[in-house]
Amino acid sequence: MNKSILTAVVGAAAFAGLGAAAASAATLDDVKAKGFVQCGVSTGLAGFSAPNDAGDWTGLDVDLCRGVAAAIFGDPKAVKFSPLSAKERFTALQSGEIDVLSRNTTWTMSRDTELGLNFAGVNYYDGQGFMVRKSLGVNSALQLSGASVCVQTGTTTELNLTDYFKANNMTYNPVVFEKLEEVNSAYDANRCDVYTTDQSGLYSIRLGLSAPDDHMVLPEIISKEPLGPAVRQGDDQWFSIVKWVHYAMLNAEEMGITKANVDEMVTSTDPNVMRLLGKEGTFGEAIGIGNDWAYNVIKQVGNYGEIFEANVGASTPLGIARGVNALWSKGGLQYAPPIR
Amino acid sequence: MDNQKESIAFLRAANAPTMPPPVSDRGVIGWLRANLFASPRDSVLSILVLLLLVWVVPPIFKWAVTNAVWNGTSRDDCIGPEVGACWAFVKAKFGQFIYGRYPIEERWRVNLTGLLLIIGLVPIAMPTVPYKRENAVYLLIVFPILAFILLTGQLGLEPVETSRWGGLLVTLVVAIVGIVVSFPLGILLALGRRSEMPVIKMFSIIFIEFWRGVPLITVLFMSSVMLPLFLPADVSFDKLLRALIGVALFSSAYMAEVIRGGLQAIPKGQYEAANAMGLTFWQGTRLVTMPQALTLVIPGIVNTFIGLFKDTSLVLIIGLFDLLGIVQQNMTDPNWISPVTPATGFVFAAFVFFIFCFGMSRYSAYMERRLDTGHKR
Repeated sequence: MNKSILTAVVGAAAFAGLGAAAASAATLDDVKAKGFVQCGVSTGLAGFSAPNDAGDWTGLDVDLCRGVAAAIFGDPKAVKFSPLSAKERFTALQSGEIDVLSRNTTWTMSRDTELGLNFAGVNYYDGQGFMVRKSLGVNSALQLSGASVCVQTGTTTELNLTDYFKANNMTYNPVVFEKLEEVNSAYDANRCDVYTTDQSGLYSIRLGLSAPDDHMVLPEIISKEPLGPAVRQGDDQWFSIVKWVHYAMLNAEEMGITKANVDEMVTSTDPNVMRLLGKEGTFGEAIGIGNDWAYNVIKQVGNYGEIFEANVGASTPLGIARGVNALWSKGGLQYAPPIR
Repeated sequence: MDNQKESIAFLRAANAPTMPPPVSDRGVIGWLRANLFASPRDSVLSILVLLLLVWVVPPIFKWAVTNAVWNGTSRDDCIGPEVGACWAFVKAKFGQFIYGRYPIEERWRVNLTGLLLIIGLVPIAMPTVPYKRENAVYLLIVFPILAFILLTGQLGLEPVETSRWGGLLVTLVVAIVGIVVSFPLGILLALGRRSEMPVIKMFSIIFIEFWRGVPLITVLFMSSVMLPLFLPADVSFDKLLRALIGVALFSSAYMAEVIRGGLQAIPKGQYEAANAMGLTFWQGTRLVTMPQALTLVIPGIVNTFIGLFKDTSLVLIIGLFDLLGIVQQNMTDPNWISPVTPATGFVFAAFVFFIFCFGMSRYSAYMERRLDTGHKR
């Protein structure tokens, strides 16, 4: 009873932006008791969380939740998805309706503090990018001076665009629209040379153009939109589980452990691999789950590179390049602390 | 006299055979002249409309039929310079559009529920079929229980939580529950608002004005965003149930005002006559005033029903996927994103909505003719 009142009060306080303290602890116990992870996803975003023909959820954000389920239960299907609108998402987490929010949510300071969330990592470094026609012969955003740019008005995208061009002493003609659909059709109808919005969005917009292959996304990213999974504040154990599932996927990629070869790697004598796969130490027990947690994540879901390729990578219709999402050892930003 | 008879050269003994009307007044030509080219102004308008049709229809036909993609497995089949509708998308996703994420091996339960509904609905809709009372009992008491057992999975059936329902299933559940609950509730509220008992009257007025005063989208939004904050963490109110309650209360307020309009249109003499016959208030209402009031406002009632049916799409904002919601969601499947996918999906959704709304509209027109309300006054 006390716990219930506390949760309600905390939730209401957090909603009002007054700052939140500890929410109900021991999410892991609740999850184990009910037998599945309740995961908040988007209502449909290509490559991140979208239904396939069979009606199953697929995507990068979805696979993170499947990874958490695999770590706890050894079964990536022990997860239920709640599709959430952008407005609902934080309430759903604060009120305990979901256990983890994996919904292309940007990690910002106010969300991390005032809203009472803990971001468990960044599973996709997004940011504002530019798309142009290949026929324009441009391969860097710095060559765009004088171009007409299609942009949605009243968004931070518009502000970033102004700042970027000003900072680089370039000029541009803005072609602004209220709605995303209008921007899409204007760009497709050749009313502007450049389309700018978040880069992951550009890739899915490109698919809806009448000749997708005539367009390319430029490599520059001009703003920071780190997207990652979030959990409630006040439950450090649960926070650790989600965080380390993400890190385990990254470490696995770095060590070359894949879905296919994980069974051979179990016999490896490399101490790093042995610690990751639970052959040495009790790292799983330390966060309240089995020592073979990472083995299950890799075996059932895959390493980070694999889920990236399967959901958004070059082999998918989206064809997003790894770019800044490559491992740190390959020139990207994805870096996981070691397991020891 | 005889002379006279003989002096007549020709006497017609039988009627002349009836001649058909002139060619210009009958058949196709006659119809055209009477309906399309009766006057110069009509002729001009007819030709303009004809030109408009020639201008509009062939491209639509081309888009929807000749250039459409009927078979395919992914977006690659729907890409090309001249491609029309991507019906392959609808085909691949059809199961989801109808059942949402309802488990495939359990979908027979939805089909069975639909069949049980039709079994009850068809005979009650046909005035000539007897056993109306038994039929109503089946439809209003037996069927809802069976539907609840089948759809949610009681009595040993595999439970399917409502978050997995979707598509047409959710649209119909929300619309039918809304219609069935709002009708009797609306009657009670309409009577309550006309009542002379102050508490009942006040309650009815407050209820109606409150629900009419807030947008449905706000009601749904409050139920999904605010309500969970005030409930204990371990009590979770089913989302679909929240939507059902919201929609039902909302539409009953509208229904109440429509029915009150009917009650007010009945001459005072009818109420007085019912009283003079010694009928109690409920008897008079049931036998004299309410039947008249309801037949008067059939168009208004059906209007509310159709509006409610289409409003079900708003449940999308609380993360429930009705037909339109699930179509939109599937447009984000990277396997199917193409320039024609959104248009195809929306046309399909519009078509399904049209079938249901047009059906309701035709049935109400039929009932109006049968009850002959149009000619009474």
